[in-house]
Amino acid sequence: MFSHPFMQHAFLAGTAVALAAGLVGYFLVLRAQVFTADALSHVAFTGALAALAAGLDARIGLFAVTIFVALGMGALGRRGRPDDVVIGGVFAWILGLGVFFLTLYTTTRSGSGNGSASVTVLFGSILGLSGSRAVVTAVIALVIGAVLLAIARPLLFASLDENVAAARGVPVRLLGFGFLVLVAGTAAESTQVVGALLILGLLAAPAGAAIRMTTRPLWALGLSAAIAVASVWIGLAAGYAIPKVPPSFAILAVAALTYLVTIAVGQLRHRRHVERRETDPANPQQPRIAALASSTALDEG
Amino acid sequence: MPGGLSDRPALVDVRGATAVLGRRTIWSHADATVTAGEFVAILGPNGVGKSTLLKVILGLVPLAAGTVRLLGRPPGQANHEIGYLPQRRSFDASLRVRGLDVVRLGLDGDRWGLPVRGRRSRAVTERVGELVELVGASDYAHRPIGQLSGGEQQRLLIAQALARRPKLLMLDEPLDSLDLPNQAAIAALISRIARTENVSVMIVAHDVNPILTYLDRVIYLGQGGAVSGTPAEVITSETLTALYGTPIEVLSTSDGRLVVVGQPEAPARHTDRHGGSA
Ligand SMILES: Nc1ncnc2c1ncn2[C@@H]1O[C@H](COP(=O)(O)OP(=O)(O)O)[C@@H](O)[C@H]1O
Ligand SMILES: [Mg+2]
Repeated sequence: MFSHPFMQHAFLAGTAVALAAGLVGYFLVLRAQVFTADALSHVAFTGALAALAAGLDARIGLFAVTIFVALGMGALGRRGRPDDVVIGGVFAWILGLGVFFLTLYTTTRSGSGNGSASVTVLFGSILGLSGSRAVVTAVIALVIGAVLLAIARPLLFASLDENVAAARGVPVRLLGFGFLVLVAGTAAESTQVVGALLILGLLAAPAGAAIRMTTRPLWALGLSAAIAVASVWIGLAAGYAIPKVPPSFAILAVAALTYLVTIAVGQLRHRRHVERRETDPANPQQPRIAALASSTALDEG
Repeated sequence: MPGGLSDRPALVDVRGATAVLGRRTIWSHADATVTAGEFVAILGPNGVGKSTLLKVILGLVPLAAGTVRLLGRPPGQANHEIGYLPQRRSFDASLRVRGLDVVRLGLDGDRWGLPVRGRRSRAVTERVGELVELVGASDYAHRPIGQLSGGEQQRLLIAQALARRPKLLMLDEPLDSLDLPNQAAIAALISRIARTENVSVMIVAHDVNPILTYLDRVIYLGQGGAVSGTPAEVITSETLTALYGTPIEVLSTSDGRLVVVGQPEAPARHTDRHGGSA
């Protein structure tokens, strides 16, 4: 599998992007900003098509537009944190613009008038990366990951407890903007691996799984990155072994499956815990109804 | 100001201060001091600007007029020596982060980079254990903080505020949304910590009774200024009537509780608050 250069490129770029997505994803889930990332992934789509329509390299539009819009959204929100109305507005408007640029591109630039560029942007083209492009993608992803780790503790403080963090001198607003730039960068990067439509899977599922597996923030951060990387490796291998399976689908299937397994394991463990209490000789009379009631109460909590 | 204390260094010194939010003057001509070793309550009806006073002292809200000194320095420059607990924080029930990690943020939450294994990291872990024990949270500090009760979360947040051995604790309605036994327990805990850890306390409250026995002094805040003195001096019909410019009556129940009647706006709001606390 590794004898093909395109697979080497895919593994190189995919690993680095997954690392960044896993790290950024943990904070997205913690800060309840997953929807922000979703909106930015649509911005990435529009940015790429705008650049193509203007005859530029898609990547320039991708990064410039995504980061610019992320900063704009932060400025509209409180303390660098866009609210639902801002996100919803940006979301719909930008997607509409994307459609406009797509029409512009297919009617003016590509003589044949096909929409293959948009398919690539939407669903990713990880097997089509050239060597130099894979290296650039990996370097950018590693920089995003390194910056995120450098700000991890103040960002955690600001995410959990922004008033105390601000009183302690943590630059809460600046961190909010900085984090949005990292999210935008990750969204733009992931567009090349799994595509604009599917980024959310790589950002949210590994983080969601990690958060269910440990309550220690830094461990969860590492675990989230590890699950994302494993998803990309397994997904790429599956895509290689089974030619009918597109790699972006396989990658997201693994990530989603991991998340589902952590939910199932959590429920199973919980049920066993309840059963143990039921058969506990200390309170043999505990009725089953009560146990079930307490189990649903805990599930909600 | 009661004599005897005035020769001690002032931790907080607010003089002739005016706070403006938006275009509204919240309060003006307010004086407030806290000296080392004191346990001082900031009292007043809801919306009078008690939280704003704490934020002004911390430099989080700019001052429109007057002067503020915190540990002898301008606002915002001595915050690392203060333990601050803002009003009404409860963590989302789905938040899966251990209480221990929330306490730890008080120690190293403002440090850049990742913690490196070593002596410093061990010292931090040790201090977190000490703090958790100090507030009596050892039994549940390892559990996700979102799943803990309001009183348990409050104990952990107090531990977080104490992390760097502050000279002054600034607590904004820490008893808010707790049931009566928990109010009494947390009030006693704060008083005990103030003595054993040698830390002064500035506590905002809308009901003075749970903390009455521990107080050295109260500062009653009104729109036109603040009145300071012992509870017996300040919480009287005459003083409060003069402060608010409307007839106010202070009643004393047989068990020593004080009931303030006719205070503008206040009592209606805290009864409906308990619903949201579970
Ligand atoms: N950002 C703001 N702009 C304008 N008014 C505000 C702002 N924040 C708070 N206020 C008003 O300031 C007043 C004082 O608020 P606060 O200090 O929270 O009172 P307290 O803590 O005594 O209940 C309230 O009437 C509140 O509505
Ligand atoms: Mg308040």
